[in-house]
Amino acid sequence: MNRKLLSYPYIIWIIGFTIIPLIFIFIKAMTNADGGFTTENILAIFDPVHRKALISSVELAFIATVICILLAYPLALLLRDSNVSNQKLMLFILILPMWMNFILRILALQMLISNNGIINFILTHLGFDPVQMINTKGAIVFGMVYDYLPYMILPVLNAITAIPEDYIEASKDLGGGRWQTFKKIILPLSLPGVGSGIAMVFVPSMTEFVIANILGGGKILLLGNVIEQEFITSMNWNLGSGLSLTLMIFIVITTLLLGDKDSNDRGFAP
Amino acid sequence: MENSILKLESISKSFDGKEILKDFNLEIYRNEFVTLLGPSGCGKSTTLRIIGGFEYPDNGHVYYNGTDITDLSPNKRNINTVFQKYSLFPHMSVAENIAFGLRMKKKPQSYIDDKIRYALDLVNMKNYANRMPQSLSGGQQQRIAIARAIVNEPEILLLDEPLGALDLKLRKDMQRELIRLKDELGITFIYVSHDQEEALTMSDRIIVMNHGIIQQIGTPEDIYNEPQNAFVADFIGESNMIDGVMVEDRLVTINGTAFKCEDTGFGPNEPVDVVIRPEDVELSENGDGVTKGVVKSIIFKGVHYEIDVESDIGINFLVHTTKHFAKGTQVGINVIPYNIQIMHKPASIDEEKIDAD
Repeated sequence: MNRKLLSYPYIIWIIGFTIIPLIFIFIKAMTNADGGFTTENILAIFDPVHRKALISSVELAFIATVICILLAYPLALLLRDSNVSNQKLMLFILILPMWMNFILRILALQMLISNNGIINFILTHLGFDPVQMINTKGAIVFGMVYDYLPYMILPVLNAITAIPEDYIEASKDLGGGRWQTFKKIILPLSLPGVGSGIAMVFVPSMTEFVIANILGGGKILLLGNVIEQEFITSMNWNLGSGLSLTLMIFIVITTLLLGDKDSNDRGFAP
Repeated sequence: MENSILKLESISKSFDGKEILKDFNLEIYRNEFVTLLGPSGCGKSTTLRIIGGFEYPDNGHVYYNGTDITDLSPNKRNINTVFQKYSLFPHMSVAENIAFGLRMKKKPQSYIDDKIRYALDLVNMKNYANRMPQSLSGGQQQRIAIARAIVNEPEILLLDEPLGALDLKLRKDMQRELIRLKDELGITFIYVSHDQEEALTMSDRIIVMNHGIIQQIGTPEDIYNEPQNAFVADFIGESNMIDGVMVEDRLVTINGTAFKCEDTGFGPNEPVDVVIRPEDVELSENGDGVTKGVVKSIIFKGVHYEIDVESDIGINFLVHTTKHFAKGTQVGINVIPYNIQIMHKPASIDEEKIDAD
């Protein structure tokens, strides 16, 4: 009885902040401004502008995720081999930015890379031409990586440090060099961590609009920006809901695919 | 020398300022089964890891067939290891685990297939090629780990307490199997163990270690029958370790009572350690013997009884005998001279440490 009581706040929370909003979004998505049933908000994703925004979202989120993986692996391998106190210090430094507000960090990045920002100020004073960095896809990807990299490093590092040293020694013992040991032992055994990392980097990057607004200067439209505009500027909640629903389904499918991959990896039971 | 395959020369190794191996020298011969035996922390595993290439010695050299391999990484050594925790790759089938070393050497598939079949046959695991390691028992995993090592045709196989996690019955079976494998394959086995019985059963030669120093090298019979110091006597089998005084050649006194022995060359009235194996203490009901005593306890151990006898000379003897003596029985105690081992008292600091262990 007591235990049941304990669960009520969570049930209320879930109903109030997840289920009911989802139902509203679903209803809004399936109706037009007059309240009649329609599928055009869902099919609106095939509109060239929206389709381009979705493709940009997937493209930038994909690139950011790949960069995060490429950055996380060498670091995780380095940390695996370093002693415990170094490991703790490095982790602390990595996690430090996570304690600051996301948007604040992106605004700081804007100060750095804007046309008359700090980097260009230094460049021009050194006699170089200023470089267009802000309002490019690269700037948005940079922002995504900057914000979400720790969420890739932590699960990858966890997975890699969890691999018993014995396996690596066994591989060396059997003639495996560094690269072969990485490819045949470390990589396959750390894939579950990469799966979690992808879920924590790709998904938020997919729905990103603040970074695109600040570092993209509205020049590059992601699906998140379109949805934001529909809700805030155009006040077309039906279309906004329709696009949100489509994006949500897209993400659910992606995560399910990743989750499937996770359970396929046998992990490393002793 | 022509038979020597591995030579450790003045190896020393410290971890965090603690000296694990001190000026360690050892020569190992082709085709022998050598066991490094000692309590935990004695440096036996470190020695094995230095031979395998997983640790670099702080000083000294490792020679393999006369070549200095001290700086050679493990993957370039023709030496394979069977690890304590088996360490089979969990994401690969049994066959893939066995094939791993051969794939690293880029052997053709047909050769690999043959080798897998041969190795599985050798360890009596024919039908397990497609199983995953987690689905195997500890003993089966250990066999696969051995198969995985030997397909590479190493000249030396290192085994780091590979039977430690198995139950007694399985351990006995695997011991026999290892001896058979060694005879069939003709490769050198270097085995690490803290289990003296295991070492006595399998080895051609035993190296008893303590505190990073070799205490004694010899055949199992040598080590058991002629321990060179108190540590070896105490570590190998059970023994009665008694303070004595060597009065003259072939005569030792324990608390004033004289015992004949066969040892010579000690100084007159030199304090010594006297070692008597429990099975060498003879009890008689009619009171015959060098001294007398009372049975304080008797425990049935299967093959023999373990008896604690309080003797008239103020020490307790541990006795193994097949005869039953009721608690409280007055008995005569006798030891034939041949079965009394006399050892010098430890002199150096290192030896003191050994004694204190």
